[in-house]
Amino acid sequence: MVSESDAAADTSALALKILVAGGFGVGKTTLVGAVSEIRPLRTEELLSEAGQSVDDTDGVDRKVTTTVAMDFGRITIRSGLSLYLFGTPGQDRFWFLWDELSQGALGAVVLADTRRLEDCFPAVDYFEHRRIPFVVAVNCFPGARGYGAHDVSRALDLDHGTPVVLCDARERDSGKEVLIRLVEYAGRMHTARLLDSVS
Amino acid sequence: MTDTPTGGPREPGIQWYDGEAGPLVRPYAMTGGRTQPGPSGVSFDLIALVTLDPAAPAMDDDTVLGPEHRALIGLCRLETQSVAELAAGADLPVGVVRVLLGDLLDLGRVTVSRPVPPAHLPDERVLREVIEGLRAL
Repeated sequence: MVSESDAAADTSALALKILVAGGFGVGKTTLVGAVSEIRPLRTEELLSEAGQSVDDTDGVDRKVTTTVAMDFGRITIRSGLSLYLFGTPGQDRFWFLWDELSQGALGAVVLADTRRLEDCFPAVDYFEHRRIPFVVAVNCFPGARGYGAHDVSRALDLDHGTPVVLCDARERDSGKEVLIRLVEYAGRMHTARLLDSVS
Repeated sequence: MTDTPTGGPREPGIQWYDGEAGPLVRPYAMTGGRTQPGPSGVSFDLIALVTLDPAAPAMDDDTVLGPEHRALIGLCRLETQSVAELAAGADLPVGVVRVLLGDLLDLGRVTVSRPVPPAHLPDERVLREVIEGLRAL
């Protein structure tokens, strides 16, 4: 089964993208760092914020700019096939950046903290609405009550079939498992949609 | 006279510095104020892969390439890198790197891959390779 993307690629190298989302302080960069072969790097975007301009004596509007940082890591699967993991920026005001990040993404990991489960609602909502395959990874923090995957799925009101995985964002093996579950799930979702479109 | 947010007076023509965030306006001074890549119309996704074009002229063209352009070429020379990695390596905002890469693309110095469009996700074969590669980590 040869995909059209093989024919369309300008080079033989293929880069894939997985997003790592979740509330503030939930462990996104930790997860990326645990599985990445390079230490997490940071990209920055400068955004000018409309409506917050400062008039100066020249009569020229100057916009206030904000720096938005995204941490990312990389896993080289083999020569010519790399997987990039991008931590998403904060969840208010930056949704248009999420749209850009989501372009062509394989899927996403939504990291959840059971002590503040509601922090991942916006991310879950975002991916469900855009039909982007995602798994919920419950990062187990000390002092957090142990929850079953089923409880978390109900608490987040997840669409039926969305995988919930327990993990420790600091552990490479745990992070691997989360990514594997996501890639498998993304493959199944994609196949299911293909079948839907021809039936 | 308007005060800056940091409280000091501002002279006309001076680059505006924010005490906390550092030089906000200066990064786009490298691109001559341009915020979008040039007419080739290529949009650089964060994971678009940038390769030095082996057919490109070997000599440095000092009149056309600025130090930031050459820094990017230097990074590409080591290995093919994504736009995100180049921005991190050059310590420049992604928007600025996109404009500079647009210049390099127009000059024929680099080639850029286009990431898979959303409608054409990788096929089964590639996904299986990724899963096996992850298991082997």
